[in-house]
Amino acid sequence: MTRPTDTALPGKGMPAIPASKRWLEAVPWLLALGTYAAAPQYAPLLTQIFVMILFAMSLDLLVGYTGIVTLGHAAQFGTGAYVAGILAARGWITDPTMTAVIAMVAAGCIGLFFGSLMLRTKGLAFLMLSVASGMFLYEIANKATGITGGDDGLQGVVFSPLLGLWEFDFRGTTAFFYSFVMLFLTFIFLRRVVNSPFGWSLRGLRENDLRMSAIGCHNYRRRLTAYTIASTLAGLAGAVQAQCTGFVALNSLSFELSGAVLIMLILGGSGRLYGAMFGVPIYMFAQDYLAKRDPTNWFLWQGIILLILVLFARGGVLSLAERGFHACCRRRPG
Amino acid sequence: MSSTLINILFFGLSYGMILYMTSVGLSITMGLMGFVNLAHGVFAMLGGYATVTLMNSLGVPFFPALLAACIMVTVLGFVLERLLYRRLYGATELDQVLFSMALIFISVAIARIFWGPLAQPIALPKYLHGHIDLIGATIPTYRLFLLVFGSVVAAALWLGFDRTLFGARVRAAVEDHAMAEAVGINTDRLFALTFGLGTGLAALGGGLGAEILAISPGYPLQYIIFFLIVVAVGGLGSIKGPLYASLIIGLADTATKYIMPEAGMIFVFAFVFLLLRWRPQGIVSRRKG
Repeated sequence: MTRPTDTALPGKGMPAIPASKRWLEAVPWLLALGTYAAAPQYAPLLTQIFVMILFAMSLDLLVGYTGIVTLGHAAQFGTGAYVAGILAARGWITDPTMTAVIAMVAAGCIGLFFGSLMLRTKGLAFLMLSVASGMFLYEIANKATGITGGDDGLQGVVFSPLLGLWEFDFRGTTAFFYSFVMLFLTFIFLRRVVNSPFGWSLRGLRENDLRMSAIGCHNYRRRLTAYTIASTLAGLAGAVQAQCTGFVALNSLSFELSGAVLIMLILGGSGRLYGAMFGVPIYMFAQDYLAKRDPTNWFLWQGIILLILVLFARGGVLSLAERGFHACCRRRPG
Repeated sequence: MSSTLINILFFGLSYGMILYMTSVGLSITMGLMGFVNLAHGVFAMLGGYATVTLMNSLGVPFFPALLAACIMVTVLGFVLERLLYRRLYGATELDQVLFSMALIFISVAIARIFWGPLAQPIALPKYLHGHIDLIGATIPTYRLFLLVFGSVVAAALWLGFDRTLFGARVRAAVEDHAMAEAVGINTDRLFALTFGLGTGLAALGGGLGAEILAISPGYPLQYIIFFLIVVAVGGLGSIKGPLYASLIIGLADTATKYIMPEAGMIFVFAFVFLLLRWRPQGIVSRRKG
């Protein structure tokens, strides 16, 4: 049975941020644009971060809101990346928007398919199937070298200019703005979803499965819908990745990626959409800093950070910041 | 043709026995405590490393090394259960998953620091090197030995689980944790003992199977899916379920490697998906709901 979680709900029943602090919501976006304006040479890195945030946000709908812990979310990410990549590499469709839409549909279908097989199980069996779903596609992509390039990945994928206007240039300007807009649109969409009655029913499923069926909710169908939405968005993230880098790695379907994106999300804080925005950059900078000297080091630190997160800092960085903020507020007189 | 069939049968079943020994502990602890321990493979890996190191550096013979490794890992499992695992018994599945992932990462790093990134070769004793002629096929003695040894372990486990007081207590706690506690079973101690036992068995599997599942730092990640499949397909909290499951998986994987090596694990995964679609609780499950 599901136990009530202690992840902080973004304001039980209330909007997460009071109306007077609404401007805060613009801060991360302005920060991203500001970073680009100050250091345009980092555009490719920022693009990479946006893609991962998009991916982690789609996972948040499952892990944070619905309480579905999956270790196979890369299955859909990789599907999106490979579909977009193959379409362009073969020269069938090279238009970025069209390939992105097709990639999303493909990833959504894959999600629907695996979801319908997996979501009747729970706990360990579900986890195993989610891992297996990713590995299943990984094996196929690995063996079908004629189509996917196998272990070498899909190289030199060229897309036509975005909307027929902007070419994906060497310096990554188009890629930067493209991924930025896609991330923004996804965020707006996901915010609407999680604040809709449907989104609240997902929280209900996370908190208490039995009560939800008692009040007449089709648990399985809701979960499957959430899974399919999250899969579609993961597919978008994959497609954007393929378009911005012109390359699809076999790694994009791997178990390691599924695990990494989960850690990024948890690091920031799940169940609040903003978690991904903080967790992903922190993770990527930490990885860059720690893995540069020795990859073994990175494994060790990743483990230690996770252990600390689980034992002492549940709810991630944002939850810690929130607690710190409240503690400071209370100390002030009046 | 028939020799291929016998080969598949022997290689598959002996491989299944290794999977069984490494995973059965996970099934029992999952059934008992509902703890999603993805890090179970860590104990198998440590068992393998301990065996190999004892043999290569200290010149300990195979079986004593195996026994020592088993005891060391059992103690380690017991200590870890007391220190860390028990803190997370009531935690959410997400926390348990993350916690066990953290253990995997840390152990992978430690293994790399101490033993380097390469797989550790195991020098099996001479009498396990040869081949035996059996109904028209030559079977490596090692495989036959695994099969016999695995059967003995399975039989011993079944006896211990089904015929002793300890086994009855474990079964009671799997069936209904609160009720077991109410009739005076010290479930806390039971958890720790069972956990230690499970990790010890994993170490045994890791050491014995070092020739089949190579001992390298990536071990807990690389084979995680096999352990999870065996437990999920077999059903939680049972002794027999994982045995059937690991034998089936071992046979299926070996058969694909012989007949259609280009398919890799694809058939095994497809089979597992269909099986759990049909029986979400696994083949045998003692745990209700």
